[in-house]
Parts: sequence; structure tokens; C-alpha cells
Amino acid sequence: MLLQDTALIFGRYARQTLRSKFHIVFGVLMPLLYLLFFGPLLTGLPLASTGDSWQVLVPGLLLQLSLFGASFAGFAIIVEQGQGVVERMRVTPVSRLALLLGRVLRDAALFVFQAVLLVLAALVMGLRAPLAGILIGWVFVALLAVSLASLSYSLALRVRTPHEFGPAVNAFVMPSMLLSGLMLPMTLGPGWLDGLSHAMPFRHLVDAVRDAYVGAYTTDSMLYGVLVAIGFAVLAVTVGTRAFRTTGA
Amino acid sequence: MAVISATGLARTFRTKTGPVAAVRGIDLTVRAGEVIGFLGPNGAGKTTTLRMLTTLLPPTGGTATVAGCDLVRDPVGVRRRSGYVAQSGGLDPHISVREELITQGRLYRLSTADATARAQELARELDLDGLMDRPTGALSGGQRRKLDIAMGLMHRPEVLFLDEPTTGLDPGSRADLWALVRWLRAEHGTTVFLTTHYLDEADALADRLIIVDRGVVVAEGTPSALKLHHTGSAEATLQDTFLAITGRTPTPAHTAPVAV
Ligand SMILES: Nc1ncnc2c1ncn2[C@@H]1O[C@H](COP(=O)(O)OP(=O)(O)O)[C@@H](O)[C@H]1O
Ligand SMILES: [Mg+2]
Repeated sequence: MLLQDTALIFGRYARQTLRSKFHIVFGVLMPLLYLLFFGPLLTGLPLASTGDSWQVLVPGLLLQLSLFGASFAGFAIIVEQGQGVVERMRVTPVSRLALLLGRVLRDAALFVFQAVLLVLAALVMGLRAPLAGILIGWVFVALLAVSLASLSYSLALRVRTPHEFGPAVNAFVMPSMLLSGLMLPMTLGPGWLDGLSHAMPFRHLVDAVRDAYVGAYTTDSMLYGVLVAIGFAVLAVTVGTRAFRTTGA
Repeated sequence: MAVISATGLARTFRTKTGPVAAVRGIDLTVRAGEVIGFLGPNGAGKTTTLRMLTTLLPPTGGTATVAGCDLVRDPVGVRRRSGYVAQSGGLDPHISVREELITQGRLYRLSTADATARAQELARELDLDGLMDRPTGALSGGQRRKLDIAMGLMHRPEVLFLDEPTTGLDPGSRADLWALVRWLRAEHGTTVFLTTHYLDEADALADRLIIVDRGVVVAEGTPSALKLHHTGSAEATLQDTFLAITGRTPTPAHTAPVAV
């Protein structure tokens, strides 16, 4: 039942995404620009003890893709809320978890697709990384997208207007990006900044994907990364489902 | 047999400027097959009552059952057996009529084959045949309203809740919708609970009126009984009756519809 409901909602929103080809490709543009204009600056710099700078940069760009894309997923539901689509679905017997999951899985699929394009481009530019590591990176992209999109929808269902939603999300995304070492590893910075960044869940995800990209699958960073990613996803999906249950009350 | 029954149903909203008692204890009973006009001025609490009866909004007081299911204990039972057409409808303008209808049927757990057949059947009955492949955004107001109602009927509900079904429609489309409601009752015995602030609509369509003002029921009965009781004359207009009951008119002059 839950699977069927989720597949139905997923199908509706996947078709919606496929109708806007522009949207699909546009999302990879920003990380591609980083790859093109920022990547070459880093080649040769000693960014990490193991691996070359591509293996440090690409994991960061992958998670940045998820962070920027999925955090703003809620904009779409503000529009739907206005059209009455959300209420129309909430009045049917379909499970509230499926209403959320169908949507966030579509988001995850979109960002993993963009992540595949990004990695292909990076390979052309000189990235070398083990296949298993690359696959693990995509799994992290998917988990992060599910988590952030869930939270984004629940925030959007609460605030209800784009001009409240946009600034709120920006206030979250910018510090998250800076503090998680998406661009450059935090270990390059002073101790206080490195320490502060450990409080950011994304820091652990980036560290885990960077390990995966150099073939180190059994490190402490990997363990923390997996635990944080799964814990964050469970929490976010719970919050998101609650938002679909109670919105408008 | 009561299809809808509510006792002391109430809802207070918490807002930044303090609590708003939108519905302050509504008692009502609706029998199977009745067409009920839930009539009241803007802000009387009609939509809030409907959103509670359709499980969208938890009541802050009282209890109610719809089609034999308790709102709070068995919300899924209520959702399966009732349909709700909100004032804003709820269609994605970029999706085709056919796809919206089929998805709606599937949300109510019909198989794809059943949902497809049901969509065809409703399209024929509601005169939407030729529009199935149009995006819903390309429909006229009246066509969209009919589609909204078709969406609410996909799963053959026992009770259909309609919120202000003709607000904003041109006279021709209003007449169409009135015919549709009459057909639903005559052909399928569907219980229809519709809100309106148009007196002519309530008078023309409803078997029984429930008049609400400031969150409470202030009068109920057949249109003719209400007229007789509150004005002393069965020939009185509903306008006079409403005035006698609430001390005001429900329809601001500028939104008054053209008589059909
Ligand atoms: N979500 C809400 N939050 C706060 N107040 C609300 C909310 N929904 C409705 N109200 C208030 O409750 C009252 C009744 O509204 P409503 O049920 O929409 O009336 P009607 O449908 O009869 O015009 C109004 O004063 C309205 O402003
Ligand atoms: Mg209303």
C-alpha cells in the first residue's frame, strides 16, 4: 500500500520534472562552473594527505549540488499549496508518509542524475577514483537530498509564502556550505573553525565521501558519515510526514 | 440513518493576534440522500466546518461522524467514503484532465484500469469528453468547476462536500452546476453538503438549509418552513428570512450573482 502510494506520487512528480528539461540540466550548471573555473586552481595544491585535488573537490561539489538543490525543493509545494493540490491529496486515504516520500524520492532521483553528469564531466577533466567510491558518493547525494527536501517541504508548508521561505532557506544553506568544508577541507583552517565545523552534520558526509573517493571504506569518518546521513534522513522524514499530517491546522 | 452527525463541533485557531473562534459548537444531522445548503455570510465558519468534516483540520471541541466513521478515530474511513471539493479546486494547470482524473482515482486506491474507465464514464456524464487531453489550465471557469466535481466523484463517495461551488461562475455555468447537483441526487442518491452565501442557490437546490452565523447554527429547516417561521409568510424571499434571522444579508451587493 505504502509502496503503491509512493510510486503513484513519485510518478506524478517525475513526469512533472521530465516536462521541464531546462530544470534538469540547469541544476548541474553551477557545480560544472566550479569544476571548470575552480578545479584548475587547485590541481597540484596539497589539499589532502592522500589523493589529488580532484578527489577532494568533486565530493564537495556533489554534496553542494544536493545542498543547494534540495533545500529549495519547498518552493514547488508553496505553489501547489496555492493551487489547492496539497489539500486535495490530503483529503484522500493516501498515507501522509507516501505524500512526502513520493516527492522527496523524485528530488533524490533528480539530484543523483545531476551528480552522475557532474562525475562524468570530472572524469573527463582528470578525476580518478575507484568505482565503488563513486557509487558510495551517489548514495550520499541521494540520502542528503531526501533529508533536505523533507525539511524543505515541511518548512514551506509552515511558512506558506515564498518571501518568507527564500530568506529562511538561504540563512541555512550559506553557513552550511561554508562550515562543512564543501569547497576546501576544513583541516586546512585554524583549529577553532575545524572544531566548529564538526558540529555541522554535512561535514561528516563530505569527509566520508572524500574517503570513499580515495578507496578508504573502513575509516572512522566513513562510519560517522553513514550514521549521520541515516540519522538525519530518519529525523527529516519524520518531521516532513508530520508536516503533511498537520498542515493548515 | 444519519450520514453526517456532529455534536458541539468547534474549532479555535491560535493566531498571532490571539485565539479566533471560527466555529463555536455546531450540532447537525444529515440524512442519506439529502441536499443540504450550509448557508452563511463570509467568515461564518462554513469552510472551517467542512475542513473538519473532511478530516483536514482536527476539531478543538466536539465530535462528529461521517458515513458512520468517527472523524478522529477513523479518519481514513471518512476519507474513503466522502468526497471534498474545496473552493480552490486543487488542479495542476499543466497536467491533462485525463491524467488528473486517473491519478485521483488511484489515490483512492482504484486500479489503473478502473480509474481509467471511471474517468471516461464521468467525462461522459459531466460533458467533459472532448477536453480529456487538455491541460486543466486551459479550461474555462465552468469547465474547471465541473472537473473539480468529477475529481470528487471518482471514488463514488456516499457524501460529497462542496465548498462554494458556484462562486465566481457565470450564470450559464451556475445553471449547469445546479443541474449537476440535482442529477447526482436523483441518479445516484449521493448526499450533498454544499456551502454557499448565495440565497437563490440555497433556495433552488437545497432540501434543507442550515444557516450559520459567527460559528454557530442559527436556524435550520426547509426553505419554505424557514420563510414561514421567521417572516410569517411562505411567500417571503429568503433574503427577508435571512435578514430576520441574522439581522443582516449574507451577500455583499457587489458579489451578488445575476439571477438565473
Ligand atoms: N487557518 C486559519 N487561521 C486563523 N483563522 C482562520 C483560519 N481559517 C479560518 N480562519 C478564520 O475563521 C473564520 C471563519 O472562516 P471560514 O470558515 O473560512 O468562513 P466562511 O467559509 O464561512 O467564509 C474567519 O474569521 C477566518 O478568518
Ligand atoms: Mg469559505
